[in-house]
Amino acid sequence: MKIIVCLKQVPARDSVLRIDDAQAWVRETDLSFEINEPDTYALEEGLRLKEKHGGEVVVVCAGPARAASAIREALAKGADRGIHIEDEALARLDSFTTARALAAAIRAESFDLVLTGLQSDDLGFSQTGVILAELLGAPHATIIMEVQKMEGGIKVKRELEAGWFQYVEMPLPALLAIQSGINKVRYATLMGIKKAKTKELKRVTPAELGVDLKPRQIIRRVYAPQKSKQTQFLEGPPKEVAAKLLEKLKFEARVL
Amino acid sequence: MSILVVMEQQGGAWNKMSWEALAAGVELGKALDRPVAAALLGSETGLEALEAELAAYGVERVLSLRHSLLGEYTPDGYALALRQLIQRAGPLLVLLAHTYQARDFAPKLAASLDRAFISDVVGCRVDDGGPVFVRQLFQGKMNADVVFAGGPPYFVSVQAGAFRADRLEKGGAPAPIEHPSVSLDAAQIRTRPLERFQEAKRTVDLATAEIIVAVGRGIKDPANLPMVEKLAQALGAEVGASRPVCDSGWLPLERQVGSSGQTVAPKLYIALGISGAIQHLVGMKGSRTVVAVNKDSSAPIFEVADYGIVGSLFDIVPALTEAIQSSS
Ligand SMILES: Cc1cc2nc3c(=O)[nH]c(=O)nc-3n(C[C@H](O)[C@H](O)[C@H](O)COP(=O)(O)OP(=O)(O)OC[C@H]3O[C@@H](n4cnc5c(N)ncnc54)[C@H](O)[C@@H]3O)c2cc1C
Ligand SMILES: Nc1ncnc2c1ncn2[C@@H]1O[C@H](COP(=O)(O)O)[C@@H](O)[C@H]1O
Repeated sequence: MKIIVCLKQVPARDSVLRIDDAQAWVRETDLSFEINEPDTYALEEGLRLKEKHGGEVVVVCAGPARAASAIREALAKGADRGIHIEDEALARLDSFTTARALAAAIRAESFDLVLTGLQSDDLGFSQTGVILAELLGAPHATIIMEVQKMEGGIKVKRELEAGWFQYVEMPLPALLAIQSGINKVRYATLMGIKKAKTKELKRVTPAELGVDLKPRQIIRRVYAPQKSKQTQFLEGPPKEVAAKLLEKLKFEARVL
Repeated sequence: MSILVVMEQQGGAWNKMSWEALAAGVELGKALDRPVAAALLGSETGLEALEAELAAYGVERVLSLRHSLLGEYTPDGYALALRQLIQRAGPLLVLLAHTYQARDFAPKLAASLDRAFISDVVGCRVDDGGPVFVRQLFQGKMNADVVFAGGPPYFVSVQAGAFRADRLEKGGAPAPIEHPSVSLDAAQIRTRPLERFQEAKRTVDLATAEIIVAVGRGIKDPANLPMVEKLAQALGAEVGASRPVCDSGWLPLERQVGSSGQTVAPKLYIALGISGAIQHLVGMKGSRTVVAVNKDSSAPIFEVADYGIVGSLFDIVPALTEAIQSSS
């Protein structure tokens, strides 16, 4: 199976975010970056499918120059090669435009399966994979908790709301948006990190792919959310805070 | 050009979130001075009651897409059928609830019409005659005002709980119910959905618990769980968890609170080291009193908390357990 895994690089989960001067994004200079956590599950699933059925795992990432480190990490974990669609604008582009760039790169590969995460931790569109499937002309399924290869296709377990599931069958090539928690992700080994240095990482620009990055939706302003509920913040050393809270719960909220 | 709200039904029952999308549609219809039409999809029979119910809500018309290939949801079937409707009706705006199903087909539908889709919005307003939508970024830590760059139809989905379905009013005369033709061929549907099922039966019913102590990834390691269990015991509470805690096998799946777990409404919900992602919030927003302990003051869990403690759960939880034990 030739498997493409789409991964995005996003600000690290515990980042302290500051809005930039233009109020259009966050200050990237303050931040460290990591692979979008949901995508680590997609990568792991791709690696496991390859280990079981043979083939190749190709990682595709659209992002600024810094995103190369996310691809390196994926290569260290066992991906065979990487494609970096590089442009500074790709850090915060809408999913349609991003998917057009990804599709242009992926179309050139004769893939069996494309795997994405469910959503990006920064922009959180939950769309890029599904749009990509449409642009590639491939069937798809999202929120996937299990992938089985069958004669002539795949059978996947799709999560529905409130604890329900459904199996879905489809032919290959196909695209799956993988749900976090489908597997236990591996760490890169020292050996893997060493090997990654010799693996192919192809850099390509949107222009070389024949894709313009004209956005379809525009972020006008980024700001801290306004609280809808009045929260009473309790402060002080732990013992004191605990006593205060207990008071409140007993005599104010009357829930104890 | 009107506003088209796509409602979701499964086996003759509405997905309740669809009424929130309809509420958003009505709100935007007023602000933009446009009529609101509502669409639903399903098999050839069994939709009558839903159509009639929808027609009572002051919409301009009900567009019911009935086809034998729409009885069971597939992204291909739904996207193809709705594309035909949208091409014919030419709406300005297509609104949906941000359900698991909408996530699965709406991006495809919009892309097949070469249009953008602003997903998971929590608010909207009209500026200079054009709609502006509010989305969350960075898992709810930031908000952003977002606008469309191209022309209509515009596709938008609304987040659970963002719009008030209880504000919907029934209109005077029921709206006309139309059945636009749908041309679909079995060969166009590439995925084959099988039976829906639930995993093993639940042995804990968090829905009836009076007090829930819920733990998130802030607990760091399963070895730290006894601390939380002790607090729960002191309070006579059930232990709940966020999804990653159950995914990691630290607590059984049946303790998961949220959109893919249980929906709970205790009188007291104590969230420990839970960030407050929307998929968690939808499962516990109905709690009477919410306490949140998180070391990050910008964690969105504080949005729904009555009492907040910014600090480490490892300091707060033992102190709280002790305070409860010594007060009783
Ligand atoms: C389709 C879909 C369905 C989903 N369904 C669900 C669902 O049903 N239920 C659910 O919960 N999630 C669900 N999720 C996942 C959800 O989006 C979040 O990823 C998840 O809720 C995050 O869990 P968390 O808050 O425990 O972890 P994190 O987001 O990692 O947050 C951990 C928090 O702990 C805090 N923290 C760290 N250390 C400490 C400390 N020492 N003391 C105090 N605080 C600390 C951090 O500041 C942070 O806020 C779903 C996602 C998708 C896409
Ligand atoms: N710039 C990108 N490069 C590679 N993959 C991406 C990119 N943006 C999004 N994706 C993939 O699409 C999924 C959904 O992202 P989103 O639509 O932004 O929520 C992510 O989990 C990734 O797998």
